[in-house]
Amino acid sequence: MTIIDPTDAAPASLSGDGKGKGPLLDVRDLHVEFQTRDGVVKAVNGVNYSVNSGETLAVLGESGSGKSVTAQAIMGILDMPPARIPQGEIRFYGEDMLTMSAEERRKLRGARIAMIFQDALSALNPVLSVGFQLGEMFRVHQGMSRKEAKAKAIELMDRVKIPAAAARVNDYPHQFSGGMRQRIMIAMALALEPDLIIADEPTTALDVTVQAQVMDLLAELQREYQMGLILITHDLGVVADVADKIAVMYAGRIVETAPVHELYKRPAHPYTRGLLDSIPRLDQKGQELYAIKGLPPNLLKVPSGCAFNPRCEKAQDICRTDRPPLVPVTEADGSELPGRASACHFWKETIHG
Amino acid sequence: MSEKTIERPTTDEAAIAKEIEAEEKAAARQASLLKDGWTDLRKRPMFLVTAFIIVCLLALAIAPSLFTARSPYSDGFCQLQNSMNPPTSGHLFGFDVQGCDIYTRTVYGTRNSIVVGVVTTVVTTLIGGLLGMLAGLVGGWIDAVLSRITEVFSALPLIVGGLLIMSIWGGGDVWSVSFIMAILGWPQVYRIMRGEVISNKYNDYVTAARALGADSWRIAFRHILPNTLAPVIVITTMNLGVYISAEAALSYLGIGIQSPNISWGLMISDAQDRFLTSPHALLFPAGALSLTVLAFIVLGDVVRDAFDPKMR
Amino acid sequence: MAETTPAAEPQDATPNVSDVEVADVNSETEAVAALDAPVERGEPILQVRNLVKHFPLTQGIVIKRQIGAVKAVDGISFDLYQGETLGIVGESGCGKSTVAKLLMNLERATSGEVFYKGQDITRLSGRALKAVRRNIQMIFQDPYTSLNPRMTVGDIIGEPYDIHPEVAPKGDRRRRVQELLDVVGLNPEYINRYPHQFSGGQRQRIGIARGLALNPEVIICDEPVSALDVSVQAQVINLMERLQDEFNLSYIFIAHDLSIVRHISDRVGVMYLGKMAEIGSDEQIYEHPTHPYTQALLSAVPVPDPEAREQRERIILTGDVPSPANPPSGCRFRTRCWKAQDKCAEEVPLLAIPERFKGADTPAAHESACHFAEEKDVVHA
Repeated sequence: MTIIDPTDAAPASLSGDGKGKGPLLDVRDLHVEFQTRDGVVKAVNGVNYSVNSGETLAVLGESGSGKSVTAQAIMGILDMPPARIPQGEIRFYGEDMLTMSAEERRKLRGARIAMIFQDALSALNPVLSVGFQLGEMFRVHQGMSRKEAKAKAIELMDRVKIPAAAARVNDYPHQFSGGMRQRIMIAMALALEPDLIIADEPTTALDVTVQAQVMDLLAELQREYQMGLILITHDLGVVADVADKIAVMYAGRIVETAPVHELYKRPAHPYTRGLLDSIPRLDQKGQELYAIKGLPPNLLKVPSGCAFNPRCEKAQDICRTDRPPLVPVTEADGSELPGRASACHFWKETIHG
Repeated sequence: MSEKTIERPTTDEAAIAKEIEAEEKAAARQASLLKDGWTDLRKRPMFLVTAFIIVCLLALAIAPSLFTARSPYSDGFCQLQNSMNPPTSGHLFGFDVQGCDIYTRTVYGTRNSIVVGVVTTVVTTLIGGLLGMLAGLVGGWIDAVLSRITEVFSALPLIVGGLLIMSIWGGGDVWSVSFIMAILGWPQVYRIMRGEVISNKYNDYVTAARALGADSWRIAFRHILPNTLAPVIVITTMNLGVYISAEAALSYLGIGIQSPNISWGLMISDAQDRFLTSPHALLFPAGALSLTVLAFIVLGDVVRDAFDPKMR
Repeated sequence: MAETTPAAEPQDATPNVSDVEVADVNSETEAVAALDAPVERGEPILQVRNLVKHFPLTQGIVIKRQIGAVKAVDGISFDLYQGETLGIVGESGCGKSTVAKLLMNLERATSGEVFYKGQDITRLSGRALKAVRRNIQMIFQDPYTSLNPRMTVGDIIGEPYDIHPEVAPKGDRRRRVQELLDVVGLNPEYINRYPHQFSGGQRQRIGIARGLALNPEVIICDEPVSALDVSVQAQVINLMERLQDEFNLSYIFIAHDLSIVRHISDRVGVMYLGKMAEIGSDEQIYEHPTHPYTQALLSAVPVPDPEAREQRERIILTGDVPSPANPPSGCRFRTRCWKAQDKCAEEVPLLAIPERFKGADTPAAHESACHFAEEKDVVHA
């Protein structure tokens, strides 16, 4: 994340081979708001994060945290209006995508940055065969012939381990099971070997046993292609599995960032700690569950100071007046904890106390 | 909030939930979807404009004598020597081919247009709504039979159907025209109502009511009907305009309202031959018709925007 | 709580049939009276026997021909004891939601019985069914569709009293509704508000209050927290546990989230493709599973602890759940099972304590429908 990790100097160029040095994607101070009848909904309020090639960033948050809106802003698929981006930069290989022309962005979409959606059934066109839809990527972006595109489609289906790919290439989306459809979505995202994949709750709609298969496949392909992956989810369990680093979002802001193991071991924000404590454990029978009190914030009326303060047990007067910035988290003796930051006035007490 | 009246010991979690809710309470307002729609409507300028036009039209329809001193049914109303005279100060819209004052006829024509529109809309909404609800709720063979019947009716174009019915029953007044259009128009409301009922029938709140032991009447009228009303209200508003213009079209073709009854469509038909020499005879009734139809259709459009939850 | 339930009690396939027939009284009035008799804690309050639901697949519009059936629930038996929570887990399409509808009599069972206090409720209708509804209520999954958007909260929670006026006199209803709002942790002054003015968690509380209105004894919960945010899930689970103690409720808790089911349940049943694969106390199922499907399911659960995760053995199943319209012969799990042999295709394994554990004093001695049942700890290992 930029604040804590300002190392890599000159980012590789956009026109380069795409596997250069420097952050692949760098989101800086991004704001997104929606104009509604009841007022302006501030969905994203200054988000900073970066992803490198071959790295997986998990963005964790509940509904209304702004995690999906941020992703849509990166993809450039927000409906504007009602959405508006009043402030911020989204740098892809150092170049701000928000200042690009619509045509330039369109060329990046699919080819360089791809997205996997939660609901594969509604993301695929029901009246076209999956082979046609997979092949379309090659026909549109690379001008391949129908025959070539179909061969490519079969190859891709093999890649994502769809059994009997050659036989099923002409089947329609509804003829596949949920897990297989999600694989087709992944194949589509992979088709043009993008540098970055954004997966928005890719396994939420799937059953547990299928979830594991799909997550494994995604992780394997990411390693193979050395892509950057942004994994958006609300499930702390899924994140634990595949992510390198985690950004926890609450009310449109990042409240904590950390490498994955550290976050689970020692959360540095009361919200993260509360989330971890409120999940029942599979391997033990607990007493009463810990519950974060209160309700997720109303984005029309975000509390002043720290947005989490009405639900926080540690909240003091300062939390109601001053918004805590995202600051680096250190060991008790002051030694550095790379990659860690927390937006809490009392992060020391939370992590060490 | 009156915390003190509550004796029951509450857990932390409940107390805190309450605290948060008390905070929210100031912001929240008492509202339902219908009320929300109404609040939204009142803020839209298009609604205010069309509503004003429609109120004026209603006033014209109810009491035309307030707006003109003459009566088109009185003796000597039409003076042939005035035939096709252009507008003058006492006769703002001029005269038609029979030498009748166009302004007075246009004013009196409003009533017939509105009556046809309202009667047809009410009848189609009642028949289509009730049958649609029946088909949607009961399903099975009742649904199959009703749906086949509506297909027969909707396969018949309005003009052809109108000709057919007119040639069988004759008529030529407001009621017979309304009757023809209602017969041909109800399947549209039927289809909307049936679809809405079916899509609401499988909602969890209907299952919840069944799980509580609610009978079919309660489920139909307490749970399903109120949730189907918004789209029906929208289509009803638009239909008012559609039926008014359909009446004009039928009358223009000579299979709707007939003389001596007054109709804008009839006036347009009478004036068309002399349009090039005296355009006023056509322009004024046509303008009145366009304004009325437009007002109702725009109103329907605005109402739909206000009631459509997806627009929120 | 797990200790108090007679989990190791012998459970014959068809217990108390003679008792049941005696209790199956002819007169409706007597039947209604029998429903109000109290059930001792630890006694079965609901007994499900060979419950089957097949949805016919038909062709043609006017003349319908049956061309097959979706075997959503295909012969399920279990007991629910007074005061306990029985969790039912399984993947989508395993029939767990159909079980909920059958227990609520929202769907007619194709065959089999559900005995509530000794009376078969699957064939009831009219007044007798209405009387049973007072005692068995339901909490729905989706708090956004389970509340009528055109009714106020007061009308929604008060509706049970309109349908069963004998429960509360008219003048008393408003007070009762406010009391219920208070019980579920909502402000009683919200009685005139509409559902869309509440968040998901609050709506689920409203749904729970409606379920409690008639003072039921059994509540069927169909995925009651899966639509809620993580931080709100815990609140609702705690509320449900508190209410269980306060009102002496018995829950059937249907969910796909195995961690939550373990937390709230005393006993757990695992369903696969319309059949019960394994059933036992929470400890037996989670610590000593003997059915391969249970083991695979448990091992696939993502654990929010990367270190524990890396040490765990994971069983990744291949393939998808077969269609319930055309389930595999013999054991339904055999197409995805790593232990499957010829026997599994030929013989349907019965849900019973496996031969090798019979009489042994081990937690592995619980009912499991597998020819090759063996213990395997996948949660800790």
